[in-house]
Amino acid sequence: MSTEKKLANKKRRNQNIAFGLFTGISYSVVGLLFVILAFIVVKGIGVISWEFISAMPKEGMTAGGIFPAIVGTLCLVLVSMVFAFPVGVFAAIYMNEYVKDGWVKKIIKQMTNNLAGVPSIVFGLFGMSLFVNKLGFGDSILAGGLTLGLLVLPVVIRTTEESLKAVENTFRQASLGLGASKWQTTRNVVFPIAFPNIITGLILSIGRVSGETAPILFTVAAYFLPKLPTSIFDQAMALPYHLYVISTSGTNIEASRAMAYGTALVLIVIVLISNLLANKLRKHFGKKVKMN
Amino acid sequence: MHKIVSQNVNFYYGEFQALHDISLSVKENTVTALIGPSGCGKSTYLRLLNRMNDLIDNTHMSGTITIDGNDIYDKHTNVDDLRKNVGMVFQKPNPFPKTIFENVAYGLRVNGITDKKIIEERVITSIEQVALWEEVKDKLHKSAFELSGGQQQRLCIARALAIQPSVLLMDEPTSALDPISTSKVEELIYELKKQYTIVIVTHNMQQAGRISDNTAFFYMGELIEYDKTKTIFTKPTKKQTEDYITGRFG
Repeated sequence: MSTEKKLANKKRRNQNIAFGLFTGISYSVVGLLFVILAFIVVKGIGVISWEFISAMPKEGMTAGGIFPAIVGTLCLVLVSMVFAFPVGVFAAIYMNEYVKDGWVKKIIKQMTNNLAGVPSIVFGLFGMSLFVNKLGFGDSILAGGLTLGLLVLPVVIRTTEESLKAVENTFRQASLGLGASKWQTTRNVVFPIAFPNIITGLILSIGRVSGETAPILFTVAAYFLPKLPTSIFDQAMALPYHLYVISTSGTNIEASRAMAYGTALVLIVIVLISNLLANKLRKHFGKKVKMN
Repeated sequence: MHKIVSQNVNFYYGEFQALHDISLSVKENTVTALIGPSGCGKSTYLRLLNRMNDLIDNTHMSGTITIDGNDIYDKHTNVDDLRKNVGMVFQKPNPFPKTIFENVAYGLRVNGITDKKIIEERVITSIEQVALWEEVKDKLHKSAFELSGGQQQRLCIARALAIQPSVLLMDEPTSALDPISTSKVEELIYELKKQYTIVIVTHNMQQAGRISDNTAFFYMGELIEYDKTKTIFTKPTKKQTEDYITGRFG
């Protein structure tokens, strides 16, 4: 009797220890995130003003605003998505709906995974040699946007593929069973059901694109530009690169420290907003899919 | 007049042979029940009739199956046309995440019918055919997910009927339904056989007895016995059939 009781006690104690450990670890991860956020906010909030986000940098980037960097980043996001979204979605549809299981699919999958593992600086170099030099786009939003697009392509492919995979097979069978072709089934049944999740993946990759520095280093980013870009063949400033510049190689690093934190804050807010937007869109489209 | 004729059909999932030399003919405007324990091949056989097994990688078949005299596995056969003629109802009700109306209209739209009047007419007729009209007429443009399981299944049958097939395949259509919905669907099947040739897979022996004209008993991928339902249930010739229908195994 008493040994049984001891065993039960021991079991409960072990369970409590394990549970406590996991709880502690997950809370510290959340805590750490808050500390980082709080740090940036505290250090950066002081410089945030309407002027900061709407004016040109002044006095060797120690004063004024970061408007051109915000515009540049938005342009880069736009170009990269215009490229990566359709290409990634179609590739994923091909892989999930059309290719039969076998070595072709395995190879494509492996390649996509490998592509996702390539360091971003390598994408930068590749973008420079292909888009900037070979294709003659020069240092431009087009070259930088395409390079960023290549970088997130595996992310878009993978999230789209997961979303398609989550669509129950019974819907495909029902549609095909009515004499619909594979393409009609994909377009009218599978894709609409998967769409909310695909959109989420897209917006998460926007967050990724807006924060990348290495791929734009040799393809688009300007140290300082006195004017806004007027076409996709212009160079542009970008938030992450601007942050890098004013914290490492500005004319007066100490004087621009606050500007750097302000820039970081703006960048984080952009990423945060896109994540919130992702959630909202997913809910919105999720509802719509059910109602249609 | 035989509507469906299968001769020496073998079917393989990779190396595994799921069907052995099945020869079976189905008369027009009859209900044929396929019974047998799980894994006996009855669903596999059913899915050969509209080439649903084509969707599974790494499978192959031999032998011939004809519907209205046309070899459905001939390389000139258009699979989409075949499936238009051979409707299917699945085990779990699976309406699309669309409105009730659009669920039934879907088959018409993908088959190139664009005339609004024809679509509306066919949708209404099909919903009436499955005795669902009174229940849904005020919410045709609401999501099909708002219906109960039994209503959803009847909607799926209406969806299959809308494109005017001549054969209807049903893969355990009532196994996910409550008894009242089940009896509604059974009554419906009885009505439908006037116009359609129905092949139904069922686990429920009483159901096979109630609704089918002929019954085929499958066991371990072989067709053990195929006869009038009455004969199968009262004086089966094979011991395995008798053991199964009397509940000694399965």
